[in-house]
Amino acid sequence: MTTQAKPEEVSAGSGGTPFLSVRDLSVRFSTEDGVVRAVDNLSFDVAPGSTLGIVGESGSGKSVTNLAVLGLHNPDRTEISGSIKLDGQELVGAPNRELEKLRGKKMSMIFQDPLTALSPFHTIGKQIGETFRKHTGASKKEARDRAIEMLTRVGIPQPTSRVDDYPHQFSGGMRQRAMIAMSLVCDPKLVIADEPTTALDVTVQAQILDLLKDLQQEMGTAIILITHDLGVVARTAQDIMVMYAGRAVERGTVREVLKAPQHPYTWGLLSSMPSLTGDVNIPLKPVRGTPPSLINLPSGCPFNPRCDFREKVIGGGCTSERPPLSPATGHAAACHLNQAQRQDIFIDQIKPRLG
Amino acid sequence: MLRFLVRRTLGALVILLIVSMVTYALFFAIPADPARLYCGKTCSPENLALIRHEMGFDKSWPVQYWNWLSTIFSGGTFNGVHCGAPCFGYSFDKKELVGGILADRFPTTLSLTVGSAVIFLIFGIGTGMLAAHKQGKAADKIASSLSLLASSMQIYVAGPLALWALCYSTDLLDLPTYIPFTKDPIGWAGGLLVPWIVLSLIWTANYTRMTRSSMVEQLSEDYVRTARAKGMSGSSVFMRYAWRGAMGTIVTVFGIDLGVLLGGAIITETTFSLHGLGQLAIQSFIDSDLSLLVGVTVVAATLIVFFNIIVDAAYALIDPRIRLA
Amino acid sequence: MSNELTLKPASPAVGSGDPLLSLTGLKKHFPVMEGFLFKRQVGAVHAVDGVDLEVFPSESVGLVGESGCGKSTTGRLVTRLLEPTGGEIRYAGQDITHASRKELAPIRSEIQMIFQDPYSSLNPRHTVGSIIGAPMEINGINPAGGIQRRVQELLETVGLNPEHYNRFPHEFSGGQRQRIGVARALSLNPKLIVADEPVSALDVSIQAQVVNLLQELQRELGIAFLFIAHDLSVVRHFSQRVAVMYLGKIVEIADRKSLYESPRHPYTHALLSAVPEADPDDDRERIRLTGDVPSPLNPPSGCRFRTRCWKAQEKCASEEPPLVQLSGNAANHLTACHFPEDPAPAAVPAQRAEV
Repeated sequence: MTTQAKPEEVSAGSGGTPFLSVRDLSVRFSTEDGVVRAVDNLSFDVAPGSTLGIVGESGSGKSVTNLAVLGLHNPDRTEISGSIKLDGQELVGAPNRELEKLRGKKMSMIFQDPLTALSPFHTIGKQIGETFRKHTGASKKEARDRAIEMLTRVGIPQPTSRVDDYPHQFSGGMRQRAMIAMSLVCDPKLVIADEPTTALDVTVQAQILDLLKDLQQEMGTAIILITHDLGVVARTAQDIMVMYAGRAVERGTVREVLKAPQHPYTWGLLSSMPSLTGDVNIPLKPVRGTPPSLINLPSGCPFNPRCDFREKVIGGGCTSERPPLSPATGHAAACHLNQAQRQDIFIDQIKPRLG
Repeated sequence: MLRFLVRRTLGALVILLIVSMVTYALFFAIPADPARLYCGKTCSPENLALIRHEMGFDKSWPVQYWNWLSTIFSGGTFNGVHCGAPCFGYSFDKKELVGGILADRFPTTLSLTVGSAVIFLIFGIGTGMLAAHKQGKAADKIASSLSLLASSMQIYVAGPLALWALCYSTDLLDLPTYIPFTKDPIGWAGGLLVPWIVLSLIWTANYTRMTRSSMVEQLSEDYVRTARAKGMSGSSVFMRYAWRGAMGTIVTVFGIDLGVLLGGAIITETTFSLHGLGQLAIQSFIDSDLSLLVGVTVVAATLIVFFNIIVDAAYALIDPRIRLA
Repeated sequence: MSNELTLKPASPAVGSGDPLLSLTGLKKHFPVMEGFLFKRQVGAVHAVDGVDLEVFPSESVGLVGESGCGKSTTGRLVTRLLEPTGGEIRYAGQDITHASRKELAPIRSEIQMIFQDPYSSLNPRHTVGSIIGAPMEINGINPAGGIQRRVQELLETVGLNPEHYNRFPHEFSGGQRQRIGVARALSLNPKLIVADEPVSALDVSIQAQVVNLLQELQRELGIAFLFIAHDLSVVRHFSQRVAVMYLGKIVEIADRKSLYESPRHPYTHALLSAVPEADPDDDRERIRLTGDVPSPLNPPSGCRFRTRCWKAQEKCASEEPPLVQLSGNAANHLTACHFPEDPAPAAVPAQRAEV
């Protein structure tokens, strides 16, 4: 990425000093088959109290990025470079002891499947209270009271008795509420939600997304919402970053990216999704082929083997030169097509399909 | 819990009935005539018939089995020796009550088992956890290869080797012998030290490998990652989460192993000439000593069944998802 | 894959001719056993509790609902992987409710199933060729040119390279594996395919590839589909008629236009309003359902949705609403509700706002 601008200039949309600022982040894993470049030169910001939706398919690097923010990768097998600044504090290379103090307190995480992400051996109350005790030094009694208070806040009925239940005694939606209670128990300023509703039914998903929004407004938390579902992002986030093969291919506000997308991959995602209103006689237009191997990325633009518009690029370049995410601020895409071409293709070929 | 215990105990009794019945049936399937062994070299047909009748071998096996079963509850008199209920019969070969022989031999096996179990649990779990903690590092690799080496050893190789190295050629330790704990605790430990070392060496290796693999598995669980994401320190994640999860597997395997070991470590006892239950089983088989053979078998089976119930109950205590019914 | 922008509307007139599959009062109760020494039945999970449904030749019927509503169980009953507790299943006029293995044999080849998980539903130790060829071998079918030739044709039909005949499932990506599953289902020239969540384990762009493939097969080969899914947008795209299930019962069934544009059952309405659309201008009215789906072990009396319904009154608890055509409904639009929604609320805005 060639985005060398200063953080305050890069913040997408929301303005102000970002709470989280990621610059040129690369995450590589060594495996038997070779080096996996899971995240490659990624930069983004999250403003305080705002929501950034990170969208991408499996293997796009969206979860890896956020595990790197929390410092949860195994240092023996992972090479992380670049910079991650949380509220001005550098996290890359910070000692584990420092990160432990931040995790759960200043930043926390909500995982996809609350059944496996909560310990089956400890009560909900213990798991929530434990985080509180670790970071505030509260007594067992105080931690339990706090757990009950949090369960009440996330809308769990009879919190005083449910606090002593085990996760398997909760329904899927209730478990995810408990997970949210756990992640918010220390009033973190950043919450990373990794596919928080993917394992849930659609009516429960709506409840959980509403809950996250309400709590965010109440507490002023910044949220990174990782998802493959553009609908979820549209309902919850202010900004979107679309990731492909470990890189950001498009970035902007929700309106910019969903209403006037500029990158062929974003077009592909939108035309792959059936909607509740579109014409059912227009077939879906999937992105052809399959995602590339992260060990052996295509040269140039990593999307080029699946791109339908490669030949339109004046002077070629798709297979030889990696397009930067430009412009440096605001709505940006990493594509060799020029602005006018993108505009034309979207209006003529993509938009009519989207209903 | 009470319901569970009652139900499982009833089930266990059924299993023991079947085990004893099968032992009886199998014994009669082998062409061995214990009466002939008794009768000696100058055996007249009348004498043989008399002995058969006395020993009860002239009846069909179901009748004999029924007699054995009813003697347990009613007691009986053999060769003028009274045997009160619960009575497990009389060994014509040893001219003793089976119950007495078993009570005599059990402490040896118990001492052998408990002593080595304490050693292999401490070292096995300790090394396994260390290896899991240092996963992929030198300590892990050393522990893993040593335990692979040790677990591929057999008692009948390691036993004589240890006897040679520690006793015969160096006189470092006492030759294996059983002295009752109540009589001389130090002599008890000294006499069993070599068998303990050999037995626990092999079992330590197994428990190291098992502990390591279940810890490694637990450490990759989602909820362990969640604990780290909450800011829990490495050691509390390791002990409170991963170890908690691994415990279930270890307790299960240990419970079953304990039952098996207490039932008699046949090869170990033979290697070190210790007169425990395992050796008794072999002996009674060679001597065609039916009542003793059935007695040993039932004791061994009882121990295994008993520890199985304990394991299941313990599992429910460890894992709240398991409901006893 | 077809690149035409529109396809001919292919839906045959509903209700014309005889149904290929008809379910009448279909029930599946899973007994719950308990006991001290001897187990006896103490209750039953009412997984499917009186389902009436017809599938006509070359038609796709969608079955939607949240987890635990009984949609998958219905699919398994139709393919007779489960034994029905009550009711009737008729295939092409023949009663197959309790047909024996022998009686089923000729029908088995006509009803095939596609499963959700392309990873666990293919035997990893068999080559693709033997997986796809197995149904033919088992049924003693020897196609012209041999089984191998037919398998290669099938591979081509589903968009895979016929030369990959000897490869193993692990050498394929998720989307390709699902194609293998489709080829297996096609191998016996079925007339009806029961597809149980065939795309929900796949990434968005891959999902569209598989949906398109199934759609082409449906149109070209005239195969009828019972399409079971939780994703309402996908179901709308694929199925001409859609049935909504809740706690083991069909609460509403209609052709897709009528169901999605004027749902009458409050549950359908709530379900549709909970689907997030990738559109920042999506300002549909949102109905926030509270609570969870009640246990199918002890379903509520009367209308099963009443415990979560904002319109529920006394009558709903005492009297079960029949599945009937309400006044104001389009033809063949059946709803089971005492207090239905207004005939044409704009649950889905007719036209989306322009950029």
